[in-house]
Amino acid sequence: MRDMFEKTLSELAQDLRNGTVSSVELTQTFIDRINRCDSDYNAFITTTPELALQQAKAADERLAAGTADPFTGLPIAHKDLFCTEGVKTSCGSKMLDNFESPYDATVVAKFKSAGAVMLGKTNMDEFAMGSTNESSFYGVCKNPWDTRRVPGGSSGGSAAAVAARLTPAATGSDTGGSIRQPAAFCGITGIKPTYGRISRYGMVAYASSLDQGGPMARSAEDCALMLNVMAGQDPMDSTSSAHPTEDYTASLNNSIQGLKIGVPKEFMSADLDSAMAAQIEAAIKQLESLGATIKEVSLPNTRMSIPAYYIIAPAEASSNLSRFDGVRYGYRCENPKDLEDLYKRTRGEGFGSEVKRRIMVGTYALCAGYYDAYYNKAQQIRRLIQQDFMRLFEEVDLIVGPTTPSPAFNIGEKANDPVAMYMEDIFTLSLNLAGLPGMSVPCGQVNGLPVGLQLIGNYFDEARLLNVAHQYQQNTEWHTLSPVKA
Amino acid sequence: MSIDRSDVERIAHLARLNLNEQDIPAYTENLSSILNLVDEMQQINTDGVEPLAHPLDAVQRLRADEVTELNQRDKLQAVAPAVEEGLFLVPKVIE
Repeated sequence: MRDMFEKTLSELAQDLRNGTVSSVELTQTFIDRINRCDSDYNAFITTTPELALQQAKAADERLAAGTADPFTGLPIAHKDLFCTEGVKTSCGSKMLDNFESPYDATVVAKFKSAGAVMLGKTNMDEFAMGSTNESSFYGVCKNPWDTRRVPGGSSGGSAAAVAARLTPAATGSDTGGSIRQPAAFCGITGIKPTYGRISRYGMVAYASSLDQGGPMARSAEDCALMLNVMAGQDPMDSTSSAHPTEDYTASLNNSIQGLKIGVPKEFMSADLDSAMAAQIEAAIKQLESLGATIKEVSLPNTRMSIPAYYIIAPAEASSNLSRFDGVRYGYRCENPKDLEDLYKRTRGEGFGSEVKRRIMVGTYALCAGYYDAYYNKAQQIRRLIQQDFMRLFEEVDLIVGPTTPSPAFNIGEKANDPVAMYMEDIFTLSLNLAGLPGMSVPCGQVNGLPVGLQLIGNYFDEARLLNVAHQYQQNTEWHTLSPVKA
Repeated sequence: MSIDRSDVERIAHLARLNLNEQDIPAYTENLSSILNLVDEMQQINTDGVEPLAHPLDAVQRLRADEVTELNQRDKLQAVAPAVEEGLFLVPKVIE
């Protein structure tokens, strides 16, 4: 018999329905695994075993009473930037090390009312700024496929926890690739929905015009189950979209016969590791054998997404993070001599170096006299990038390519060179700038490290992305590989 | 675009960030290389291109001006570093 922790959310949901396992038993299995194994990975910042068992007990009552939702009794973890009432929300920062939110994020509240069980809060790059999880105040999280390597970031803890079978699924957030890149590095499935598909209320802000929460799990089917809980307009987030939601599991089994797929030549370029390119090409062949037609296309401004992103995101961050002033919540320096000293030392001591770098870049870009050269220019390039995508979606249904230029790299390898680190985001940033949905799906391995295939859809085309990913996963086994030794 | 130590000190002041003296050279170097990277944008001609602020060009949603929030002052201030009689405490501002 397969270990319970190797099962997917969808399989566990079935077991809960059939009564072959209770939510309390399931929850205890994962609590035990976290206790036994997480010292190897550092995937969790906070665990909440008592709360989890209480929620599991309540879920079992709902299951017995016949009032259960599809998600009732299923354990998940939340990235530590989703506010959780009464449970620490650190955002990976010393600044919020002492912060217990007085309210739940909408995403957290939705999972609660669906009857989900929260196992804990996962590690992340500080304030979601990073691609390696190395900027966390709580120490780097490690890749379960090779603990000398990074899990990716910023949702590195969520990806590592899912890959290491410490939780069947977790929430993440994606401002420039922070769901897709760690999903690719850890061999799991993640989807960043269209901007505004999921409420940002209670999700600690990094760059508000780019931030979007999303599911991270073991399969497309599991991501669909999660998206059913997470999606929808929220009166508490004025940027959440009124576009109707749908049952994202309904079209998973549709055929992809006749689907038109574009492969951008800029993604299959010199930037891409050659061993990985072979894996991506094999995955594209697989989609072709399932009935899709493949066409080479062009996204000419791909390279420009890096400078545009690294102006827009820091500019928005410098404004968003001005709220951390040592007055209303979070860290406060000792014995401030005046108000300016309070602000400067609180922020100097509370933020790590990558966060300080981005705040300073943003502050510089927004200085009087520089606005047109930086922020405005970046927003114009953003328009060009969006127009490139819109032109492609007139001729293709879906765009595919690699999620990352290379597999997971070593801890420390790029830590002292921010620009080298930023270049790693080349295939993911443009989607956030355009607000489009994207997914990463495991599609191979290079030297024992997972490779991610990125699927990019038109606005609100999440169901199609999940359908294509599910069809791919029905015919391949990459998503079932586990780094956990039997 | 290269910046020097005095630029970094000025930006840090504007951002109300205290930097450790020994870290300033590294910040100067890092910020210069980041600004060099973002200067690549200047290669692209964007004359007449409308800036994109919101991916879906959405407009601000309005709602009825009704009282919907409860008074949760005590709960919200429970996480503040220093509070007295419902007020946030800061160092003396006016002499």
